Amino acid sequence: MLRIALRGLWSRKLRTSLTAFAVVLGISMVAGTYVLTDTINKSFNTLMASARADTSAVVSGKSLVKNGATSDQPTVPASLLARVSSLPGAASAYGVVETESARMIDAKGDPVGPAGPPALGFGRDPASIGRDGAFKIIDGRWAKGPGEVAIDVASAKKAHVSIGDTIRVEGSGPLQSFRIVGLLQWGSSNSLGGATMAVFDLPTAQRLFGLGGRLSEIDVIAKDGVSPARLVAQIKPLLPPNAKALTVDEQIKEDQSQWSSFAKIIRYALLTFAGIALFVGAFVIFNTLSITVAQRTREMATLRTIGASRRQILGGVLTEGLTIGALASVIGIGVGILLAAGLSALMGAIGIDVPRTATVYAPRTFVISIVTGVVVTLLASLGPALRATRVPPIAAVREGAVLARRRSSRLRQIASGLLLATSLAVLGVGLFGSFDQSSQRLLTIAAGCALFFIAVALLSAYFARPLARIVGAPGSTFGGTAGKLARENAMRVPARTASTAAALMIGLALVTFVSVLAQGFVRSIGVAIRKQASADYIVMANDGYSTYSNAVAGRLARVPGVEKAVALRTDTVIAFGKQISITGFDPKTASSVYKFDWQEGSNASLAKLGGDGAIVTDSFAHKHGLGIGSPLPVQMPDGRKLRLRVIAVNKQPELIELLGEVTVSEKAFDAVYRNPKTTLLTYLRTTGGESEAVAARLRSALAVFPSVQVLTEKKAIDTQSSGMNTLLAMFYVLLGLSVVVSVFGIVNTLALAVFERTRELGMLRAIGMTRRQARRMIRHESITISLIGAATGIPVGIFLAAMVTTALSRYDIVFSLPVSSLVAFTLATVVAGMLAAILPARRASRLNVLEALQYE
Amino acid sequence: MSIDVSKKLATGSVTRDGVAVHATDLCRCYGEGDTAVNALCDVSIDVPTGHLTAVMGPSGSGKSTLMHILAGLDKPTSGSVEIDGTEITTLDDTALTKLRRKHVGFIFQFFNLLPMLTARENIVLPLEIAGVKVDPDWFDEVVGKVHISKRLTHRPAQLSGGQQQRVAVARALISRPTVLFADEPTGNLDSKTGGEILELLHDSVETLGQTIVMVTHDARVATIADRVLFLGDGAIVKELPETTPEEIQKAIQEIGRR
Repeated sequence: MLRIALRGLWSRKLRTSLTAFAVVLGISMVAGTYVLTDTINKSFNTLMASARADTSAVVSGKSLVKNGATSDQPTVPASLLARVSSLPGAASAYGVVETESARMIDAKGDPVGPAGPPALGFGRDPASIGRDGAFKIIDGRWAKGPGEVAIDVASAKKAHVSIGDTIRVEGSGPLQSFRIVGLLQWGSSNSLGGATMAVFDLPTAQRLFGLGGRLSEIDVIAKDGVSPARLVAQIKPLLPPNAKALTVDEQIKEDQSQWSSFAKIIRYALLTFAGIALFVGAFVIFNTLSITVAQRTREMATLRTIGASRRQILGGVLTEGLTIGALASVIGIGVGILLAAGLSALMGAIGIDVPRTATVYAPRTFVISIVTGVVVTLLASLGPALRATRVPPIAAVREGAVLARRRSSRLRQIASGLLLATSLAVLGVGLFGSFDQSSQRLLTIAAGCALFFIAVALLSAYFARPLARIVGAPGSTFGGTAGKLARENAMRVPARTASTAAALMIGLALVTFVSVLAQGFVRSIGVAIRKQASADYIVMANDGYSTYSNAVAGRLARVPGVEKAVALRTDTVIAFGKQISITGFDPKTASSVYKFDWQEGSNASLAKLGGDGAIVTDSFAHKHGLGIGSPLPVQMPDGRKLRLRVIAVNKQPELIELLGEVTVSEKAFDAVYRNPKTTLLTYLRTTGGESEAVAARLRSALAVFPSVQVLTEKKAIDTQSSGMNTLLAMFYVLLGLSVVVSVFGIVNTLALAVFERTRELGMLRAIGMTRRQARRMIRHESITISLIGAATGIPVGIFLAAMVTTALSRYDIVFSLPVSSLVAFTLATVVAGMLAAILPARRASRLNVLEALQYE
Repeated sequence: MSIDVSKKLATGSVTRDGVAVHATDLCRCYGEGDTAVNALCDVSIDVPTGHLTAVMGPSGSGKSTLMHILAGLDKPTSGSVEIDGTEITTLDDTALTKLRRKHVGFIFQFFNLLPMLTARENIVLPLEIAGVKVDPDWFDEVVGKVHISKRLTHRPAQLSGGQQQRVAVARALISRPTVLFADEPTGNLDSKTGGEILELLHDSVETLGQTIVMVTHDARVATIADRVLFLGDGAIVKELPETTPEEIQKAIQEIGRR
C-alpha cells in the first residue's frame, strides 16, 4: 500500500509539487523565523559577552519598572565609584554613562542613522576605555574633555565626516557641537543593528545627558585570585537601596535577557502569520486531495475488489499526505534559510545591519518545521482519506468517477451549523469573557476564528451556486459563450468551488478585518484627541511617541505670538502593585488646552494640586475605590515612595488617553523624575490661531531640537494615523503570503478540472471553440472562484471587525468601512484569479483535440 | 486436469459438493414504492467448481446486477449467496474484504490496472495487499500461461489493450480464488484479441480448474462455456449446457422478441 501511494505521487509529480507548495510557504516562514532570530540572538549574545570580557563585577541601579517603560533610567551615585575602587578585592573600577538618546545630526541638519535602532551615547573615562572588549579605537584617540567626541566608523561614513570635523549631538537638551577626535567600533563588529555610537568622557556625557553626579553603572575588575562572587560580596554592603551588584556572568545574562525578550516578541509575531499561512495551506491540501481522491475513485474501488481493506485505503491516502507534508517541510526549510538570509540582507540595505557571527541552525528549527508541516498535512488529508474509504468496491465496474454521495447531506448541514454556533460561542467568550492573562484571551479568539473559518467554509458549499451565479454574471454577459460555460463550470461541483474559494476567503477576511479595524482606530484617534484637548499647534517627537527635552516648552513660550505653551510630562510609576502612567502638567495653564470632564472636583481643584496632590482618572478611582481626599501611595521606578493625595477625579476616553491614571503638578513631577527629557506633548495656543508666520518662528526656535516637530492639530492627528498605516502595510504584506497560498489552491483546482474535462474540452475544440476561447473560459472560471472568495471573505472580515469593535466599545472605537480599500481588495482578487488561471488555461488551450477525444 | 483439481482440493478452497457459489431466491429492487424496479427476481443459481459459467442477456436484463450480487459487490434485497459455503449477504465490510482476498478474483471490461505500477507489480498486488508471500513457481506458471513474461517491467500505458487484459487475468489468478468473476472481459478489445482472452480463460478452466463466472455479449463464448445462462427482465429465461454460437444468436433474438 505504501508503495502504491508513493508511486502514485511520483507519477503525478507536477500535481504533487503544486499541492506541497501550499505548505512550503508556511513552513519556510516558520524555519526562516527561527533561523533569523536564533542568528541575531547568538550574535548579540556573543557581542554582549565579549563587551564585558575583562570585567569581574558590575554595579548598576535597579528599576522596578519593567519593559523599559520609563525614561528614568536606573543610575547609581557617582560617589560610589571611589568607595568601590578602594575595596580590598578590587584592582580597579570605572564609571560608565550610557544612554539610548544621543542622536547625531549631520551638517545638513539630518539625523545620522536609521530611525528605529537606538542612538547610543556613552561616557567613559579615557584611561579605562579600551581595556574591555566593548570599544576599539580604529583611528585617532578617545575623547578627553568637553567639546570632544569619538564616534563609530559607520556613522562617520554616513555623515561624511572624519577626524577633526564637527558633529552636533542632541542629548537631553538643545543641540551641542563636538569635535571628532576618534573613530571607533564595537568589538569586532562594524555594526550593532544600525545603532549609532558616540563616546564622550565621563563629565561631558553626564552634562549632555542630564545625569550630573550619577553613573549608569560601575564596572569593577577584581584583583588576581579574587573571584567575582567574593568581589560582589565585598561590594554589597556599600550599595544604596536602589542599586545592585552582579558578577559578570549574571550581568551578561541580564543584558541578554532584555534583548531576547524583544526577539521573542518578533518571533511570535512572525510565527502567527506563518500559522495563518499554514491554516490556509491546510485548506488547499484538503481540497486538492479531495479532488484527486474523487478522480481516482475507480482506482480505489479496484483496490477494494482485489482485497484492499478500508484501513489500507485510509493508510494509502494518509501516506500520500504524510509524504507531501514531509517533502513540503524539507523544501520549506530550504526556502526558509534563503528567506532568513534575504531578510537580513534587506535589513542591512535599509541600514539596520544585523551583526552576524554565523548563521545558527538549531536542531529545534528542523524538528518544529518538519513536525508542523507533517501534522498540518496529515490533518488536512484526514477528510479526503476517510472519504476514500467510503468508495464501494462496485465503483470499479461503474462508468465515470462519481463518488459515493456523502452519507447524509442533512447531517452535514446540522454539523456545520453546530460548528458555526460553537465558533461564535468561543469567539464571544474570547472577546467578552474575562481572562487572567491576555495571551489566553488571544488564543481563545484565535481558536474561535479558526473554527469560524472552517464553519463558513463548510456552509459556503450551500451558497456557492447562487454566489457563482451572481459574481459570474458579468463574465457570462460580456465573455460570450466562454464566459457562460465558465460560470456553469464553476457551479458544477459547488462543494469543490466553495472549498477552493474558502482558502482565499480566510486571507481576504483577515485583510478586511485589519483594514476595517485600523480605519476604526484612525477615526477614533482623531475623535479622542479632539475630545480631550484643543490647541493651535502640537509639539511632539518626530516618531510621535518618544519623550523629549523639558526645555522645549519654555523656549517656545518665549516665541512671539505664542500665548500659552502647556507641556505634558509622562512617565511610569507603581501604584497598587501595577505599573501605571503618571502625567505632570502646569496646573495654572493646563485648563486652557485640556478639556476636563470632572467626576469629582472642578477646575478650581487644579489650584490644590501643589506638591502632593493628584488627579486620577475615573476608571482608576473606581477600580481602587478612590475619592477626593483618599491617600494614594505610589512608588518610583528606583524604589522611592511618595504619598500622594487625590484632589479630583477626571473622566477621559480610554483610547489615546492624554493623561495618565495619575496626574501631578509639573513641579512635583520634576522633583522626582531626574531625567530632563520627559515631555511627551506640548500644546501651543497662539494669538490669532494658525499662521505661517508663527509656524516659521516656531520651527526656527526648534532648530536646536532636531528630534522634535511642531504640527497643527490636524497634522498631529494625521501623524498618529500614519503610524497605523505603516503597521497596516506590514500586516498586508504578511497576510499576502496566505493569499498567495490560496491562489495556488485555485491553480490546483483548475488544473485538476482541466484534466478531468479533457474529453469535454476536446469536444468543445472539435466543434469550433478557439484556443483563445478555451483560455478565456478557464480564466473566467478562475475569476468566478476568486470572487466567491471575496464575496464571502470580505463580509466575514467585516463581521469579525464588528465583533471586536463591540468588544472594545469602552474605548469608543468607531465602526467605519474603508470602502476604497475594500474595492481595492476585490480588484486584487480579480487579478489573483487571472494569475491563477495562467497555467491551467494554457494547458486547456494546448490540448491535442484528437488525443483528448480518444482519452479514456 | 485431474492433478490440478486435486491440488485445489488440497488447498481446501473447493467445497465438497463441487459448488463454488450457491445463490437462492435473489431479488434486487431499485427505488421504493410505486417507482420500484425489480432488476432481479427470484433467481437461484449454482456455480459448479471448475466450470465456466457464462451469463448473457440484453441490456437491462439484470445480468450485471446478478454478477455484482454473486461477487458481493452489491447486496440483494432478499435471498442468499454462499461463496465457498459462507453466507456473504450478511457479512460486514471487513469480513467481506477478507473473503474477497481468499475466494474472489475480478476481471474488468476496462482492465482497471493501476497506471503507476509495472505489470509484475500489478499482478502480485492482491497478494501484497493481503500480506501473503508470492509463490515464485505459481507466479511463473500464471505469467507463462497469460504470455506476458517479456512485458513484466512495463507500465499499463506501454501495453496494448490485449496485453493489459492478460495482466489483469494474471492478477485475478495469482491468488487462486475460489471463483473468478469476469465482467465483459472482451468488451473493450478488438475481436482477435478478444478471442485470445476467451481462449486464455478457457485454458485456465481446463488446465487449472479455475471456476469462472463471466458476463458477456460475445456470442463466441459458446465455444468455451460449460453452460450459458440467459437473463431477461431479471429472471433466468433459458439455460444452454454445451452450445454453439448459432444457438446463442438464436436464443438472444428469442429473448429480444419477448
